[in-house]
This record gives sequence, C-alpha cells and structure tokens, in this order.
Amino acid sequence: MSLPFILFFVFALISVGGALLLILAREPIHSALALILVMMSLAVLYLMLGAEFIAAVQIIVYAGAIMVLFVFVIMLLNAGTEERTDFSKIAKYAGLPLGIFLLLELAHWMAHSLIGKTPANGAGSANVMVSTRDLSMQLFQKYLFPFEATSILILIAILGALVLAKRDE
Amino acid sequence: MEFVTQHAVLVVSVVKIVILLFLSLTTLAYLTWFERKVVAHIQSRWGPYYVGAHGLLQPLADGVKFLFKEDLTPPGADKFLYILAPFLALSLALTTIALIPFGPATIKILGQPTQLIVANVNIGLMFVFAITSIGVYGVALAGWSSNSKYPLLGGLRSSAQMISYEVALTLSVVGVVLLAGTLNFSEMVGDQSGYYRYLPFLPRWHVFPQCIGFLCYFTSAIAETNRVPFDLPEAETELVAGFHTEYSSFKFAMFFMAEYANMLTVSFLATILFLGGWLSPFPETWTFLQYLPAVALLGLGIYLGYDAAVVARGIARIQLIVITFGALVLGALCLLPAVMPVIQGPFWFLLKVGCLIFFYVWTRGTLPRFRYDQLMSFGWKLLLPVSLANLVGTALWIIFPLLVKHG
Repeated sequence: MSLPFILFFVFALISVGGALLLILAREPIHSALALILVMMSLAVLYLMLGAEFIAAVQIIVYAGAIMVLFVFVIMLLNAGTEERTDFSKIAKYAGLPLGIFLLLELAHWMAHSLIGKTPANGAGSANVMVSTRDLSMQLFQKYLFPFEATSILILIAILGALVLAKRDE
Repeated sequence: MEFVTQHAVLVVSVVKIVILLFLSLTTLAYLTWFERKVVAHIQSRWGPYYVGAHGLLQPLADGVKFLFKEDLTPPGADKFLYILAPFLALSLALTTIALIPFGPATIKILGQPTQLIVANVNIGLMFVFAITSIGVYGVALAGWSSNSKYPLLGGLRSSAQMISYEVALTLSVVGVVLLAGTLNFSEMVGDQSGYYRYLPFLPRWHVFPQCIGFLCYFTSAIAETNRVPFDLPEAETELVAGFHTEYSSFKFAMFFMAEYANMLTVSFLATILFLGGWLSPFPETWTFLQYLPAVALLGLGIYLGYDAAVVARGIARIQLIVITFGALVLGALCLLPAVMPVIQGPFWFLLKVGCLIFFYVWTRGTLPRFRYDQLMSFGWKLLLPVSLANLVGTALWIIFPLLVKHG
C-alpha cells in the first residue's frame, strides 16, 4: 500500500461521507458545509492526479466563491431546519432500481476502460504535475473555440441574471 | 538517525514549520503591542507602558489573561460550528505563511543549499488565494453559530464584503502575473531583480509599471482583512463587536490572532508581488550594505542601553539590560561570515513587510470608517473597473511588441 493509494481512499471516503451528510443534514448550513467538504476533498484528488491548477481553481471558485454565496444566502434568509416530508412514491419505487442500475453501469465501464491501463500522456501517475503553462497552451491554442464559446455562454448567463434582477421603473 | 537520512525532506520541512510557527506566533503577539503603541502615539498617548519596559511584556500579560478567562458558549449556539469557526480562521490564516519565500534559493545553511520557504509550490499565488478564499468561513460561521443578532449581522456583512473585494483583489494581481509570466513566488521575485535600462536607479519592481494594480491590491487587501476603514463586520458603534461578540477567552484571542496573521499574509504577498520580495533596492556592488542588519541591531542595542542607563528605573531597567544584551549578541551574530549571507534576504523582506504593516496601523489611526453602501459602491464601482482596466492595459502592453514583430 503506497502513500498515494492510502490518501486516495481517505479523501474518497471523505468526499462520499460529505455527500451523504449533505443530503442527510437537517440544517441548511450544515448541508452547505458538507458540500464544501466534498469540493475540498475532490480538489485533493485532482491534486493527486497531477492537476494542481484545476485543484486550486476548484477551491477558489467552488469552495471559495460559490459556496460563500450559498452560506451568505442561507444566513440572510435565516433558513430554519428542514421539515421532512414522506418520501415520494416515484422516488421510492423508481429511484432505488435506477440508482443501482447507474452504479452497475459505471462499474461496468470503469472495469472495461481504466483498470490495468495507464493514461496515454502519463498524467494520473501522481508524480507528473501538469504545469499551468502547458494547460494554458492547450486551452488557448487547441481548444480556443470551445473555451471562448463557454466564456460567451457564461457572459450571457450573467446578463440574463442582470435582466431578471432589474426592477421595472 | 537512519530515519533522518531517509526522510531528509520531511525532517527539514518539519524543522522549518516549527521555527516558522514559533516566529510567526511571537510576531502576531507583538504586532498587537506595535499597533497599540503606534496608534497611541498618533493620538498623543503613551500606549502600553506599565507591564515591562515600554510595555513590552503586555502581549504576554494579555495571553495569560485570555487563557484564564471563562470560556462561554451562548445558549442555543451551534456547538460544533461555534468551536470550529475560530480554529478555521486561525489555522487557515497561518497556513498561507508556509507558502511565502523569505529568501533566495541560493543561500546555504550548514553547507546545505536551503530555501527559506516551507512549501515551494508551482502555483503558490493560486494556493494562497485558495486558502484565503476559504478563510471567509471562519468569520461567517462565527457569526451564524453564535445564535445572536449582532454576530449574525457582522458575519453577513463580512461575507458580503469579502466576496466583493476578493474580485478586485484577484484582478489587481493578474497584471503582475502577466508581467512575471509565472505563478511561483520565487520566480516572481527573481523576475524583479536588476534595474530598468533607461532609468538605471529604478529597481525593476512590479510596483512601478503596476502602480494602479498595487493601489487596488492594497486597498482591497485592507478590506479583505476587515481592517479600518473597512472594518464594518466588527463596527463597535453599530454591532457591539460584530462576528466575535459572543466569543470570550482564548477563542476570541484566536480571532484576534487570525486578523493579524491575515494582515501579515497580505503584506507578504504585496512585498513579493510588487515590492521585489527579498531583493535589496540598492545595487549589488554596494557590498557594505550587507553589514546593515548587524548595524541596525547594534544601533538598537546601543539606544536601549542608553535607555536602560539613563531613563529607566526599577524592574524595567533590568529588562532593558537583558534586551540590550540580546540585541548586541544578535547584531554580533549577524557579522559572522556563516550568518551574514543568510540574513540578507529575510532582512530586506521583513523590512518591506514592516513598512506595509506600519501603513496598516497608520490608516487605522487616521481614517474614519466607511458607511456600508459607500463600502459596496467603492468596491464594485471603482476598484473593480479600475483593476479590470489595469489588467486589459497590461495585457495590451505585453502583446503590442509581439504584434508588431509578427505583423
């Protein structure tokens, strides 16, 4: 058992545990904190895969910026504890089989595509860090069009939020 | 011994962490003394005076006082988060110091090339921002978990303020990243060595081409650390003490230390990004300047010795004699050929950081607090557009020669 292997399982367990806590917690703010926990442990997993830039961005954007907004809104609205309703019928009878089916499907594809193979570019072997320079080269040369299209999409979303939030004079 | 040779990196890191933690906690304690003293002199008072010579034992007395106070938890508070919040605030604030380089990589300690940094991360800047962006939760959770009106309002204000100013803070730094072409702190400082070709007296520090960026950075840094004139989250005239109203004893002290640690971090960052880090502003040919740390310490020793002999009375005199002795010994140590090259980088680095900290205290002693709507419009309507314009301008400045060259 090598150290990266142990670390992977520790943080994988933390992220799964955090996800469960997110669903099961009664206080909205506890749910939000559990989500932050999930995002942080995912960032550690990215880091172990050699993607340091993605890991930092994951923390800055998701755990730092977006979740602060979540916590802010929860505090502002002073949301109380959730009230449990009876589970809906659909979730009870369709949810569980579908969930198991999804899990099996994922396991199937993983077993067929990943195990026993190393990724072609050598990333994923934890020792190789993808430098930010290489990443930006790829983003701004090979993937320039998707990158710019995504940024325009986000800009449209921001403008849409502004239009919706604007009060009628 | 076998363990030490096999895990040399680990052992060296742990030693560095222990030394750095000890030094930074002591510095945090004495920053409170420094701030009280400077603000007092700005307001024509003496400040701490009675506990030790020049009130130098005041931080120690404060620490003991905090330890022995009753640790209260308000009824109805969310116990877990209430305890978690101060730990989160302080530990995150201290973590960032591990990423700060205090000197160049070329120096040797005990014959081994050692860099004065705990973790030399490729993307140091991003990591510092990642850690500080998590730091908001300490304050926000403290406000929420206290189950009380004023802390809740303080926590709300602080999260809103930190979200707003973090945008301007990050944008103002991108200009420097563009100029340096790296996110690593050591490389950034290395990029600032030397002088401008046409202005040979001006060091190539980023503060000169990026003066607008520096102003934006430092203003939003003051706001990020919740300091006057942006200390709305703990405005005592409106919110008693803001987010830490309900905290007592050592948990309160932890918030206090976290605030000072954050101040230190942003000053470190400003020094590295804009003020040339550990580089001396004078040319390397002025070799006599390497005696400067020793001369400064010896001068301090002589001044304190005069103080002890002429002015001080009683126990203060004994304390001053001890400090004088310490300063003289340290000054003599700085003259040793083994120590002298090691001390140069940290000396200039800490001198610059000290100036920035003094500036922090100076603004606190001078400026009144903003109104809340002024704070928000200042951040969003002035700082953000200006730093954005600075970023675009810098990008054009860098891309223009390339465009000309390639047609």
